Amino acid sequence: MKTPAIAAAAPLLALAALPLLLHSDFWLHFAIMTLYLALLGQAWNLLGGYGGQRSFGHAAFFGTGAYAAALLQLDFAINPWACMVLAGGFGAGAGAFLGALSFRYGLRGSYFALVTLAFAEVFRIVADSVPFTGAGVGLQIALKESVADFQFPEKSGFYAVILALTAIATALAWWIENSRFGAALVAVRENEDAARALGIDVDRTKLWAITLSGALSGCAGSFYVQYFLYLDPRIAYGVEVSVTALLVPLIGGVGTVLGPLVGALALRALNEASSAMTGGAPGLNLVLYGALLIVILALLPDGLISLGTRLRRAGRLSALGHA
Amino acid sequence: MLDFDILLPAILNGLSTGAVYALVALGLTLIYGVLHIVNFAHGSLLMLALYGVYFLYTLLGVDPFAALPVVVPAMFALGYALQRTVIATASHGREENILLVTLGLSIIIDNLALYLWSADTRTINPSYGFSTVDFGIAFIAVPKVVSFAGALVATGLLWLLIRRSDLGKAIRALARERRGAELVGVDVDHVYAMSFGIGIACVGAAACLLLPSYYVHPGVGESFVVIAFTVVVLGGMGSFAGALLGGFIIGVTESLGGLLLGENLGRIGVFAIFIAILLLRPTGLFGQRA
Repeated sequence: MKTPAIAAAAPLLALAALPLLLHSDFWLHFAIMTLYLALLGQAWNLLGGYGGQRSFGHAAFFGTGAYAAALLQLDFAINPWACMVLAGGFGAGAGAFLGALSFRYGLRGSYFALVTLAFAEVFRIVADSVPFTGAGVGLQIALKESVADFQFPEKSGFYAVILALTAIATALAWWIENSRFGAALVAVRENEDAARALGIDVDRTKLWAITLSGALSGCAGSFYVQYFLYLDPRIAYGVEVSVTALLVPLIGGVGTVLGPLVGALALRALNEASSAMTGGAPGLNLVLYGALLIVILALLPDGLISLGTRLRRAGRLSALGHA
Repeated sequence: MLDFDILLPAILNGLSTGAVYALVALGLTLIYGVLHIVNFAHGSLLMLALYGVYFLYTLLGVDPFAALPVVVPAMFALGYALQRTVIATASHGREENILLVTLGLSIIIDNLALYLWSADTRTINPSYGFSTVDFGIAFIAVPKVVSFAGALVATGLLWLLIRRSDLGKAIRALARERRGAELVGVDVDHVYAMSFGIGIACVGAAACLLLPSYYVHPGVGESFVVIAFTVVVLGGMGSFAGALLGGFIIGVTESLGGLLLGENLGRIGVFAIFIAILLLRPTGLFGQRA
């Protein structure tokens, strides 16, 4: 326990000091969005990467957290900081509900993916139709730039919050890799029947994983609301969130602790680079984004995190060649 | 209470839309059944085909229904080439990566359309657009009637192709057992690409049948993907009769839902069916056990 704590402390401190170095709002925004993507990706990774339950509908948890955070502070005047905790709870609830339903009926593989997608769409349609979510018009959070209201006059405040959240998510992934629960979860991913034969409560393990994943997604949702101060059904429950949540770990390296961080950095950089290169023509940046995505998949099918092992192997081979 | 005068046309219109949904879904189920991939680019390719039909009509004056012999082979060729070049190469044959590659493709296609043709919603007005056919019980627009018949014919032709031709036999063999098919001399890469091509050709046919009574914009494909999945799951993976019946059920549900609950909330009926089927009978109405 001691060594990894020290190993993690150094990069965490370095990241915490980052705002001191980044004086431009552009780069700070870049760092915030990267960490936010990493949080969402790690949430997916806990369930999809370690547990093998690949969801297409993480928007269902993200959006529920986001709406909980927005509505609780707008309609019930609850402090936004408390809202974030509650949003995690609502996200966990959405996860537990969806998990209980789909695991009880034994849905696996594409069927599980499809049912999560369907629930996200149902939530989107409901949010688009009922009056208390503001329907298609969306919800606006009033600007109150004070730390007590979870709104910071400087971007560095948001940076500190998202860094803490993402650090917690990463620590959770590390814990999963090193705990009994994680071992059970991976066993379920590899072979459910074998895991059951070993005495693992398969449904319970999956249920905990989806609940945890939902909680993190809900927190990401509440962070989004506080950072952008606006929410509508498309942002909350749209396919885009679900796709982002799975794209980040799949690009970075699925079922690894650092994969989502690497993937988030790559995708955010890809996003900015393609926007810069195409000079803001509508759509063209995303065309480039999509093309680069395919190139990454073609070159590194195990995700970017495999680049390290590949380079090391190549280094060893060339060293052997010289000897 | 609602009048039959309102309900009947809604049901008939739903059946017509449902037939086209079935056609889109058949392409999806063929690709899923053979290649075991969730083709995320399905809706984007439908959108592309719709633009093709639109420009053939506005620039060259080709009627959408008459464009079938052009659009269907063109979409087939595009599908074949995509599978042979981009998808097979970039995915290294891994299922989760195929999904991401098709996702990347859909991002490219959608945004290229946005860049080239802007976000405007476009429609065409063929001369017969407002003509109706009197069925005695209800009046139905001519384009709806033609698209209903066309979708049925296309489904029938596809059924013949898969059930009666050598290619169909190879496709079915490959869907069941890749190694075995390889051993008896099936050219796997070729048949994979043919399956993808045929699946996309279905989308091309659907686009020709849809456009006279529908519209096109760069994001139009997204809603079709979810609907097509619903139809596939409802009917049962790989079942033709199931896809057709599933298409009808979804088409009518959507039409009636829109009538009773309003355009927006009406779509919830479709998803309610989807979730219920997934939970209670994941093999669908006609599906065999996986």
